Amino acid sequence: MNGLPLLSIMTFLPAAGALLIMAARWSASGDNPGLDRGVKLMALIVTIAAFIVSMIILAGFDPAAPGYQFVERTPWAFGVSYHMGVDGLALALIVLTTALMPLCILASWSIDKQVASYMTLFLILETLMIGVFAALDIVVFYVFFEAGLIPMFILIGVWGGARRIYAAFKFFLYTLLGSILMLVAIVVMALEAGTTSIPELTAHGFDPALQTWLWLAFFASFAVKMPMWPVHTWLPDAHVEAPTAASVVLAAILLKMGGYGFLRFSLPMFPDASALFAPLVFALSVIAIVYASLVAFRQTDIKKLIAYSSVAHMGFVTMGIFAGNEQGVQGAIFQMLSHGVISGALFLCVGVVYDRMHTREIAFYGGLVHRMPVYAAVFMLFTMGNVGLPGLSGFPGEILTMTGAFQVNPWVAAGACVGVILSAVYALTLYRKVAFGTLDNPKLAAIADLDAREWITFAPLVAAALILGLAPSLALDFTRVSAQTIVEALAAARSAAP
Amino acid sequence: MTAEAQPFLWNVHWAAPELALAAFALIAVVIGAWGKDKAAGLLAALGAATFAAAGALAFSWSPQTPQILFGGALVVDGFAGFTKAVIGFCAAATLLLGADYFSATRQSRFEFPIMTGLAVLGMFVMVSANDLITLYVGLELQSLAAYVMAAWRRDDAKSSEAGIKYFVLGAIASGLLLFGASYIYGFTGSVRFDAIAAAAQDGGVGLLFGLVLVLCALAFKMSAAPFHMWTPDVYEGAPTPVTAFFAAAPKMAAIALMARVLYAPFEDMTEQWRQVVVALSAISMVVGSIAALMQTNLKRLMAYSSVANVGFALMGLSAGGVEGASSALLYMAFYLPATIGVFALVLALRRDGTHVETIDDLAGVGARQPFAAAMFTVLLFSLAGIPPLAGFFGKFTVFAAAAGAGLAWLAVLGGVCAVIAAAYYLRILASVWFRPPAPALVGAPGGAMLTAAAATALTFPILAVALGMLERWADIAAATSF
Repeated sequence: MNGLPLLSIMTFLPAAGALLIMAARWSASGDNPGLDRGVKLMALIVTIAAFIVSMIILAGFDPAAPGYQFVERTPWAFGVSYHMGVDGLALALIVLTTALMPLCILASWSIDKQVASYMTLFLILETLMIGVFAALDIVVFYVFFEAGLIPMFILIGVWGGARRIYAAFKFFLYTLLGSILMLVAIVVMALEAGTTSIPELTAHGFDPALQTWLWLAFFASFAVKMPMWPVHTWLPDAHVEAPTAASVVLAAILLKMGGYGFLRFSLPMFPDASALFAPLVFALSVIAIVYASLVAFRQTDIKKLIAYSSVAHMGFVTMGIFAGNEQGVQGAIFQMLSHGVISGALFLCVGVVYDRMHTREIAFYGGLVHRMPVYAAVFMLFTMGNVGLPGLSGFPGEILTMTGAFQVNPWVAAGACVGVILSAVYALTLYRKVAFGTLDNPKLAAIADLDAREWITFAPLVAAALILGLAPSLALDFTRVSAQTIVEALAAARSAAP
Repeated sequence: MTAEAQPFLWNVHWAAPELALAAFALIAVVIGAWGKDKAAGLLAALGAATFAAAGALAFSWSPQTPQILFGGALVVDGFAGFTKAVIGFCAAATLLLGADYFSATRQSRFEFPIMTGLAVLGMFVMVSANDLITLYVGLELQSLAAYVMAAWRRDDAKSSEAGIKYFVLGAIASGLLLFGASYIYGFTGSVRFDAIAAAAQDGGVGLLFGLVLVLCALAFKMSAAPFHMWTPDVYEGAPTPVTAFFAAAPKMAAIALMARVLYAPFEDMTEQWRQVVVALSAISMVVGSIAALMQTNLKRLMAYSSVANVGFALMGLSAGGVEGASSALLYMAFYLPATIGVFALVLALRRDGTHVETIDDLAGVGARQPFAAAMFTVLLFSLAGIPPLAGFFGKFTVFAAAAGAGLAWLAVLGGVCAVIAAAYYLRILASVWFRPPAPALVGAPGGAMLTAAAATALTFPILAVALGMLERWADIAAATSF
């Protein structure tokens, strides 16, 4: 492009903002409400600036060209290069990240405890999340991937709910155990192939016997991150206890790292092992879809219900990815993007009532439509998106992943279909209990509808859910080349295998 | 390498760092004799400057090819230079911390910098040892000074207990070392490492027996499990700056010495000694990680953490060759600033006028002292090996070395232990960040906080260039020697 390292600028812009906030906190003494406002504003400006840079990159990106674009490469220590670049898949997830972060900052406006630390951590987290998707060196990827645990741990632990410490520990240790196995696998791969560059590793072609072990190690990490049944149990805890914005980030972006990892590493680098283990993944995916939907139905806590629905929706993603055909992979990518928008928005919806009433008990609410018509409409839209109503962004991903899976194994697709029905059951039940009915609880009598800040927060998400639902090709065209590259490499490896 | 053909002192200039340290210790005794305890501050400053200068000199002025000194007793090479630099800086940090602490607790005595100087001299000799006698002399010089330092608070029962315990157990380890060395001498007919190497090609049970005893003694000195029993008690009883010192410099020296002993004279017996080192590494990682989970006292926790970390360094060492030596050096070089930084923070934080001691004492640091909390976060996550902090790159290199030597299972075990270890570092951080703030907590600005900040900066390799340089230096250091 024009010579500027745009990817690095975008990646490290939030971190630079975090440094600025730390400097401001350093120079100010004690608790200072003026400082808190300034810090929030600064965080908002920085995240918007990062979003603008990502838009510039998006404008300069050629979706039809194969391979990586905006590549930067500088040799570093340990045989590792600082190697960055994006393809359609990565850029789509980056834009999702940069677009959601300003909304998260807006949603955090009501935070009044240790504001400077909170915003610092959030901005650092944004840098790390963008870095995960932009890294083209496996060690650099791992660094970003793993480092994200640190700010998330503190965010959950300090600003979270009643059982926040338990949730923070569980989140951290669960994820770390998965990742550290991946680290050993990365070391083995680097020794085997003599490089840590992702494009070179993809081209290397590992021995099938070795692939099995490497695949399992990567699977340990990504399955936890995803999260797949039965290693999903950290997610409901983390979601329930995390502050609203952290829940949004967790659901919308951090979970996508698992799917991204499968698409970037497991499938292209270990095609034989991926074929070998595809039935396992299918089984786990279908169990996740059905089981998590049933569990979601029984929840009494709104956030926990949405958390389990995330597990179910991620089941569609893993199913699509390991179908290994274009529909499946494209559907999985689309489902990730759509889930980022919808589940993020649903957590924001919970945040709205939680901010007002400080409880997430479903039984506490009822009849909100009488007092909060706008909120009820927004909540309705995203509930329908979650169910997979055609016309909203939830639908194309589900139908594509099921089409993809059907070609490989009809039974799997049939199982997933059950999940679609169940998702309507739990999501609509939740909506009925919270929004409809009579407004019996006297505490709810004075609850206020969305204010201007919340309007601004929800408007882009509503637009995104509608646009992605009505014109899915916008996103699908964008990621097509990436998906085709993955699928073709997979097919080539499978046909080459005896 | 015809050292014998030359006059005895022809290349003594390579020993300049050691000579400087010895000169410092002697001059300091004289100054102390005149100035008494009033000179403590001056001597601490002088000592810190000398240690840092000796370390820097040893590193920047290390020879291209190994230099044999004193008729074969000492060897000066890049490996020793790198190690000495790390030791020198750790010792300098100790003196800075000590000056703060002892003046706060009214225990300033001029002997402290002298003892530290002698310990550092002992370590410098250890890492440059080229025969078994020098090895023993260096080790004993370091140990004797360390026993005194552990018992520094004479009026405190725990400190005295720490000194006695360390001394008695250390004496046993020294006995083991001498016994093993006598076997090696008996079976090879020489104490010189190069002569032992020539004789060790055939191996033999007797030689192996001696080597195992020597390894046990070294494992004791670096507190590798199962020779770690003294560590928690001594760490808890010793004054905190001394604990910081014990957790840092002697471990680096012992790891370097072990590398020297294993790689130079016993290279041909790699398959035999690897079993021992692998066992030490595995046991240390497991014991250090699990035992630390139960601790509530910060110093005891750090003691077990140091056991686990030595296990990781030994994993690198067990790989053998340049990669093994380089990864172990690098691991220690990343581990030491983090651990010193944690102790510095512990020293910098006061509650009701006394130093913090337990994990619970740290409650609310995040709300009251956000920058101290940020430093804790960086340092402890570095110890836990979470990227992008330095500790991660240490783990990465030792994993790579182990996997390259066909010990992938050890790397996996190390990974599992790292997760367990992360749990107790997280416990500290949970106290720092998550517990409600307690009012009486203050951070004392001064040397301790500055040391912590410097250590944090070292641990936080945002200066990617520095990281690359360190790696290259470690590689060069290992390659010039093995």
